[in-house]
Amino acid sequence: MMPISPAQSWAIILVVAATTAAIRFLPFWVFHSSTPRVILYLGKVLPGAVMAMLVVYCLKDLDPLAADHGLPQILGVAMVALLHKWKHNTLLSIAGGTVFYMMLIQTLFAG
Amino acid sequence: MRKKTVRYAFRASLPVMAGYLVLGMGFGVLLQGQGYGWWWAAAMSLLIYAGSMQYLAVDLLAGGAGLITAALMTLVVNFRHLFYGVTMLEPYRGMGKAKPYVIFALTDETFSLVCQPDLPQGVDRKEYYFWLSLMNQSYWILGSVAGTLLGSALGEYTRGIEFSMTALFVVIFLGQWEGTRDHRPALIGLGVSVLFLLLLGPDGFLIPSMGGITLALLALKRFPVRKEGE
Repeated sequence: MMPISPAQSWAIILVVAATTAAIRFLPFWVFHSSTPRVILYLGKVLPGAVMAMLVVYCLKDLDPLAADHGLPQILGVAMVALLHKWKHNTLLSIAGGTVFYMMLIQTLFAG
Repeated sequence: MRKKTVRYAFRASLPVMAGYLVLGMGFGVLLQGQGYGWWWAAAMSLLIYAGSMQYLAVDLLAGGAGLITAALMTLVVNFRHLFYGVTMLEPYRGMGKAKPYVIFALTDETFSLVCQPDLPQGVDRKEYYFWLSLMNQSYWILGSVAGTLLGSALGEYTRGIEFSMTALFVVIFLGQWEGTRDHRPALIGLGVSVLFLLLLGPDGFLIPSMGGITLALLALKRFPVRKEGE
């Protein structure tokens, strides 16, 4: 079962698609000669800040008072960080951390 | 000449192929988990074609997000692409009919390959840009469709696969942290969003965080990093 209607789904998908395309096309439309310095500045500093925000977003439902104390997520993130430090291989870190997390919640923390 | 160019583009695209097939599959499994069939994955990978944002879009769909939230989130998450466009203004000049497509398909990975191409003799630069962009998107579409099929085959065993989104962002975050000396933007992002999360709770903190982060970064612009020998 889809969580929302197909029409609502299309609306969200098209908004995300149009916004993404607009960002990609904008420089070619308006910045022919020079790019405003504030835009260049934001382009440099936003990615790091936004990625931090997205990590927080992913962990937003983590509840230290829940039955599992949020341990599966905390351990999963630790595993991702360890794998990253070890091999610096993006796919290995993502796959390894995810499988580790899945094993945790399907076995140790099941139910 | 075209044959040589296509072959060269294909070889250059191989590392992206591995990444896009796997990450695309992760996205497909997630989307399928919300009850969307393979054609939805194909449509999203065809129309949106932005990795991180498609993972987040699954969340937006699952929560029935408002359109303004969707637009703002896309804006801050994909803002970095503006930078790619600025870099590619010159190289993409004179691309002709393929120009709209190569601009549309300028993802992180494609950018990393087209920003400094070291092309051998006999490889046409513009054709190379086009074929590389097209191949990369094909991998992404293929991976995401395969993911939905994999997801429906695995059923219950995919429980917890949503953690792949967390893992993806943690890895990108760590990579960015290691790649920059000035950690203030990352700390601002972390601090502001944790603050709003504690103040407003998990359902309402995102938009205020995006605003707060942007304002804090603009304020930070007044305090440039001192250039000095370390």
